[in-house]
Amino acid sequence: MNLLEIKNLKMDFGKNAGALRAIDDVSFTIGAGETVCLVGESGCGKTVTALSIGKLVPTPPAHYVGGEILLNGQDVLQMSNDQLRNIRGGVVSYVFQEPGASLNPVFRVGNQIRESLKLHRPEKANNEEIIRLLKLVGIPAPESRIRNYPFELSGGMQQRVMIAMALASEPKLLVADEPTTALDVTIQAQILELLSELKQRLGMAILLITHNLGIVGDMADRVAVMYAGQIAELAPAQELLRRPLHPYTKALMASVPKLRGDADRLSAIPGNVPRIGNFPPGCRFAPRCVIARPECSKEIPRLIEVEAGRWVRCPFWQAS
Amino acid sequence: MAGGGILIVLYLIALFAGFIAPYRFDDLNTDYSFHPPIWPKLQGFHFVVPRYEPGSGTFVYRLVPNDTKPLHFFVHGDNYKLFGFIPATIHLFGTGDPHHPVYLLGTDQFGRDVLSRLLYGSEISLSIGIIGILLSFTFGMIIGGISGYFSGWTDTIIMRLCELIMSIPALYLIISLRNTFPPSMSSTQVYAMIIIILSFIGWAGMARVIRGMTLSLREQQFVLAARSLGQSHLKIIVRHILPNTFSYVIVAATLSVPYYILGEVVLSFLGVGIQEPNASWGNMLTAAQNTEYLQNYPWLLAPGAAIFITVLAFNFLGDGLRDAADTKSL
Repeated sequence: MNLLEIKNLKMDFGKNAGALRAIDDVSFTIGAGETVCLVGESGCGKTVTALSIGKLVPTPPAHYVGGEILLNGQDVLQMSNDQLRNIRGGVVSYVFQEPGASLNPVFRVGNQIRESLKLHRPEKANNEEIIRLLKLVGIPAPESRIRNYPFELSGGMQQRVMIAMALASEPKLLVADEPTTALDVTIQAQILELLSELKQRLGMAILLITHNLGIVGDMADRVAVMYAGQIAELAPAQELLRRPLHPYTKALMASVPKLRGDADRLSAIPGNVPRIGNFPPGCRFAPRCVIARPECSKEIPRLIEVEAGRWVRCPFWQAS
Repeated sequence: MAGGGILIVLYLIALFAGFIAPYRFDDLNTDYSFHPPIWPKLQGFHFVVPRYEPGSGTFVYRLVPNDTKPLHFFVHGDNYKLFGFIPATIHLFGTGDPHHPVYLLGTDQFGRDVLSRLLYGSEISLSIGIIGILLSFTFGMIIGGISGYFSGWTDTIIMRLCELIMSIPALYLIISLRNTFPPSMSSTQVYAMIIIILSFIGWAGMARVIRGMTLSLREQQFVLAARSLGQSHLKIIVRHILPNTFSYVIVAATLSVPYYILGEVVLSFLGVGIQEPNASWGNMLTAAQNTEYLQNYPWLLAPGAAIFITVLAFNFLGDGLRDAADTKSL
């Protein structure tokens, strides 16, 4: 059984006529100890999909209209509040984009980690355990850091504290929502290295959300590429990077600047991501797609398994 | 911050009122009503207290020449309870002779020492402000936090309730609330009643501001982070949201204490607050209503001066705290 199984998840913001579909028929799985990357442009539904795993999107305005999210075989969407509070932190922990904003500015970092311990491992809510966790995430002199306020730490240190908080409850799945976007490149590399090392050591699965394709190659076992609330392509990471199949993935890869070559301009995908609620009929990528045909605008293509483990939402993937 | 210093002194005085006051607040000395202030004179290395005796007219006093008594410090006097529970008889100063009184601020109609009553009154008047603020702000913060955090219909109901309370003129509300309590109550009951009435009116304004701040704080990522750890709503409000409002709350609380002190004054002045013979600044001022009294016995206004100083000190402290807390405006 997979640790996480999202099946045909559909979620709207708003109700009835004003409903805007933010997640449309998203399905993917994460096995125990596996790293899956969720890639896509801003506003394509990555974050709401990730937050849905802990049912953290406030309802309302969100409405889950279909599908299920099976965490350890149990549907998160059907859980009671008490059950939800148990799985949040207990099974799935989160690390967010802005480490500075994710820590409460008025509490010492030691106490914030203690809060996480109290909730899920109350017998371990002591200073020794907090120091052990801070050491685990590579914070030097953890004994004195315990008494620091978040603003006394650098961005990288803050993110390490966030990771320590997330790990305190010993989750099976760590959801990292663009954990390095707010950090500079060297710190970014350190944090990613820390994540993969922790994953090895603790054997937890990671769902990594990013829009940096470079990270995908380093970290991921499998990748899901999202576009306009749908999964466009789902594939093992190395294969996807070597041979993208969906035209959108191809275009994304083409826009990554290359170290060699003499291109004057970066190639970019023409047009903009369609606004939520304003999706084109049929294939949502069609207006920007180089291989689009008239029939592309007729109906939404299904996600088809074209090779073992490779899923593509484009009937003409062999075209170009 | 001078305001803070003055307040510390005032509260220390209130704390040691029984010790500093030479007499009890209900020490009647009808032979000496409306006695003017007696000031000790320095003679060599000692203070001596001159003696006045009632003169020919009503409330006329004349100095008795060469009849002085040395002023003693740490003198044995009436029984009182320090901090309300330690029995003691030592007073800061006094003559030790009941027939040779020292009235630094004169006496009132019944010959009670105004200074002693002022000191005992400060226990009540100053503590009402602090306790009232603690009560109403705690309540207001929790209600406001719940209202802002949950929003929706919870918010609507709570906010309409706040507006209802705020829209009734405070004085009428105070008096009508007072009427819901029985007219004869012990002084402790009256004290508790005043605090309850003032807090009942005060929480609404606080709740509205806290609700507004909560609306913005709940969108902060650390709230989401706390939820993602499985923290309960109530603990998120109490542990994560409300502490982030403290910098505002402390300033607002300091600036609001005067309203509670003045509220007690108003109630007592109107005769529905602290009852005689117990002393509070408000009911002492009641005696100073009469213009004739004011003209002839201006020392009866001493509680007015005390209120003035306290309120001003709280406002200065509040302004200072606001400047210290607000880093944006320089």
